[in-house]
Order: sequence, then C-alpha cells, then structure tokens
Amino acid sequence: MFPNLHPPPRIAPTNVAITYTSGEQVEVYRFNLPATILIPLFAIFLQAWLSRRFPFFTIFDLPLLVVIGFATARRNPLAGLFTGGLIGILQDALTHLPIGLYGISKTVVGFGASSLGIKLDVENAGARFLLTIFFYVVHEVVYFMIARGLVGLRMAWSWPHEILSGVANAMLGILVFMLLDRVKQRT
Amino acid sequence: MDVLGRYRNLIVLVGVLFAQVLGLAVQVKRTNDSESTRLIRVWAVGAVTPFEKVLVWVQTSSYNLWHNYFYLRGVRAENRSLKAQIEQMRLEQVRMSQDAGQARRLQALLAFKEQFISQTMAAQVIGGSGSELSRSIYIDKGYKDGIKTDMAVITADGIVGKVLRVYHSTSLVLLIDDQTSGGGAILDKTRLQGILRGTPSGEVVLEKVMSDETVPPGELVLTSGGDGIFPKGLLVGHVTKVSPGSELFLNIRVRPAVDLNKLEEVLVVTKIDERQAEPEQTGVARAVDILAQRLPGVPSKPESPEKVTPETGATTGTATTGTTNIRTPSTGTKTGEATGTTATGAPSLTGSEGKPKTVPPPASANSAPVVRKTTTPPSTGSATAATGADAAKASPKPVKEVVVPQPPPAAEDSPH
Repeated sequence: MFPNLHPPPRIAPTNVAITYTSGEQVEVYRFNLPATILIPLFAIFLQAWLSRRFPFFTIFDLPLLVVIGFATARRNPLAGLFTGGLIGILQDALTHLPIGLYGISKTVVGFGASSLGIKLDVENAGARFLLTIFFYVVHEVVYFMIARGLVGLRMAWSWPHEILSGVANAMLGILVFMLLDRVKQRT
Repeated sequence: MDVLGRYRNLIVLVGVLFAQVLGLAVQVKRTNDSESTRLIRVWAVGAVTPFEKVLVWVQTSSYNLWHNYFYLRGVRAENRSLKAQIEQMRLEQVRMSQDAGQARRLQALLAFKEQFISQTMAAQVIGGSGSELSRSIYIDKGYKDGIKTDMAVITADGIVGKVLRVYHSTSLVLLIDDQTSGGGAILDKTRLQGILRGTPSGEVVLEKVMSDETVPPGELVLTSGGDGIFPKGLLVGHVTKVSPGSELFLNIRVRPAVDLNKLEEVLVVTKIDERQAEPEQTGVARAVDILAQRLPGVPSKPESPEKVTPETGATTGTATTGTTNIRTPSTGTKTGEATGTTATGAPSLTGSEGKPKTVPPPASANSAPVVRKTTTPPSTGSATAATGADAAKASPKPVKEVVVPQPPPAAEDSPH
C-alpha cells in the first residue's frame, strides 16, 4: 500500500547501512496494488474463518505473518510500520476489544521486521524461521503489555505456550513467505 | 533539520504509536465506544463478512443437498425411534404441565412476575473474531432484521451470549466464555446465586458464591434473570469443579451446556414478555361450587353423549383417563372423587343440570375454603396417562394402559 513512501535505493545513500550477504546486495521488492490490498484482507478473513471452524487455529496469526512477509520484502521501515498498523487495526475491528491492541503490536513488528530486513538476508528459510519466532514473541510481548497495562484485560503469560506458538507460526510462515515470493516484484 | 532527517523513521514510528495509544486510551476511558470507532469496525466487518456468508451458504447448501437428497440411510429406523421418543415425551409433558400449573398457581398467590420468551429469531453463525482474547461470533442477522444490542442469544441446549454490536446485516455476539462477559446465574438445587464470568483461557466460572456453602459438582446452573438480558431459568451448564477461591468466595467452574466452539445456528431472543403469573382456569375449585353441585336437583338429560357420573360429579369423555381426587388443603380430607377429565383437559365437574361445568378461577387468595384438584400419583397403578388437553389432542385414540415414567434423576455429570 505504501510502496513509494520512502523507496530505499539499492545502494545505501546515507543513513542506512546496507550489509552484503552472500556476496550480493540486499534485494528490495514491491507488491502491486491488488496484492497489497487483497492479501492482508484475505489473511484477516482466513484468520476469522478458520479460527471459528478449527479452534486450534487461534494459535496462528496469519495477519502477523503477512506483516512480516511484506516488511522483510520491502525493507522500508515506514512502509512496514504503516502496513503493520493498518492490518492490525483491521484485525482489531473484528474483535469486541478496543481498537489499537493489534494495531500497536503490528506497527512495532512491521517497523522492526523491515529494519532488520535491511541488515540481514531473509531470503532463506532458516532465517525466516528464526525471524518469525522472534517477531511473534515481540508481538505477543507488546500485545500483553498493552492489554494488561492499558486496557486492563486479565491475561496470563506462559513462555512455553508463546515459544510453541512461535514455532508453529514460523512453520506456517515459511509457506506464507513462499506464496508471497510469487507475487512480489523486484524494484 | 539533519537530525530530523536522520531519525525520520523513528520519529514517525513514535508518532504513529503515540496516536494509537492515545486512541486506545480514549476508547478505554469511554464507557460507550461504539460511536468513536464505529466507522472502522463497519468497514472491517463489511470487508470480511460477505465472504464468510458466501462460504457458509456454500457449505450449508452442499451439506443439505447431500443429507436431504442422497444420504438417507437409516432414516426409517430413526423415524421409528423418534416416534417412540415423542410418545414418551408426550407422557412426560402431561406430568410437567400439571407441575407447571401448580407452580403458576403458587406464583399467582405470591404475585410473581414471570419473563417469557415470546419471540426469537434464528440466525446462522458466519464467523468469529479470529482472536483468542475476543471470544465472539458473527451472525447473519443485523439491524435490518430487527436485532438490537443486549439481546440474548441462546440455543435449544442453553445460553450462548448476548448481542454486542449490530451492523446492517450482521451482528457481533459476545460469548459467555469471554472474559469481559458477565451475567446472573443461580444453582438449580441449592438456589445459590452468583455471577457468571468468562476467563482468559475460555472457561466459565461462577463467582461470588460464599465459601461456606456446599456446591456439589454436577449441579445445574441456570440464569437468574437478574442481569436483564437472559430470561430466568435458562440452562447455562453444570458445575464441574468447586475449589476454595480468594476472598471467602468459592471458585466454581461451569461447563457450558452449549459447545461454544461448534455453534452453527443460534436463536436471538428478540422479545421478552413480562407478565403476572395467572393460575389455570381449571386449577382450583372453590368448595362452595362443589357443594353447590352436590345439592339435589333435577338432572336434565345430558346433551352430550358423555357418560355422567352423578355420584362423583364428573363426566367421563372419550379421552378421559386418570383419577382425580379433590382434597381440602387444610385438613387433607378427601371430599370427593372425580374419575376423569374431559377431552379439553378441564376438570369438568358436572353441575346440577348435568352439564359439564368448568371450575372458575379463585376470586382471591383469601377466598374461603379452597379445594384443590390433584391427580393421583402415577405410582398408584396403571391407566393414569393422558389426562391433559395436549394428550387428548395429540392422541385421538384412547390411550392404552401405560405407566407414566418417573422423571429421570438429574445426572451428576450431564445436564441433560
């Protein structure tokens, strides 16, 4: 949705240090407008639909995987945070809780994933796996803090549960990123 | 300027986060957040729910096509089984209608007001929120169908939740196992009242029951009607675990009677009537009426082919079965005996003219000597079935000798 807000050049101009990985420069991708709009919507729809049909699916967070996938492909922090924020707000709007819980969490993740994507090679499956686990936990920590601190929801934190959920999301994330690879375009 | 350019991304991040935190704080502060965020929610729901409706329609249509037209194996056997079940339920219905009539009379004496579900609307579940922390569902009925917020949502098995937000053609229903939901509940046998709440893990607990009370596991939990949303007496579930909680209260876990994860169709209670309980027209007879019937008179020829039993002052119709005793409640002395009821189910006492006479309702609770018509318990023997109007209407043929089944004992581990 924000492909040209701050298009990062192939060669770093000033402030962002591009590292070289595997002997190549970090690639920057973009997504066309239909993909930018429909993929997040489809992810939110699937999340709501599948969670109802298969209750175990609530451990997954498809919109989060899309946020991470978009952010690491674009490698643009501003685009990442806005994409994450919008997807999170849409996700919030389907719940009965105040809008902003997912919005803030995914804003942070979108910014972090795109910033990290500049510095790391996130094209291989292993890196994506670890990255997804890391950002899933970050997402849950931020969500937990806001939900308890600001909204006053009763929540219990369980590291084993979060780690296992992170692994499950990372495995699903590899598939999602492979699908996103098919629709992303090199700038 | 150079600093601003260098940290532009961070500044934007902080700004966006600040705006969202501010918006969140405003929503939390307000008790009614429906207006401030309504547009965003309408957009999101409008973007997602049409796809869900289409999927539900496709799923339902294919299921119905298969099960209603192709896969009919075992239908005859099931039909026979259901017919037998209906017969059993008819018998039980007769017994329960008598109990209900007695309860209504007592309630009328105490001037109780009852809540009746007078109108419901069937709705299909089309989706959920997709979040572990928001246990809610979307149904395919909205304000164009007359749905309003705070309407109770139930199934035949028990309560489901309440309508939280209403959109044009969909509504958001908050389930009873969500941690932000709450409602009044009462335990069936011990009559202890508490507050029904959900937990973050999706369990349902009954709070605010003092720890010095004894609550056996398996006891049924019903709605108390005190929350103004659910009518009184609806099944919530049954107690699964009781443990000492904090602050002198018990921690009572309740298993909902409805499987909230497998909801497909629900009923939205769109209208609840509150009316004074009225005794049945035929339930109580005044002693003066019965004495008047016993006065000697010239019996006229009965107009109906019903057999008149002048000694007992009762008629026996074609669908009459059962034995009726009339006792004075004060002494318990048997003052008369009627051997049946008419096909309409009214305790038709024959007047001096030999015509069936319906016993009028009592003038007041204080009216003098009151006699009550009671039916002999079914344990006395055979031929005590189908004494009510429902049974008479439902079975045109005379009912054979059957023994009315005793009510099943309340199962400890099952609400049904």
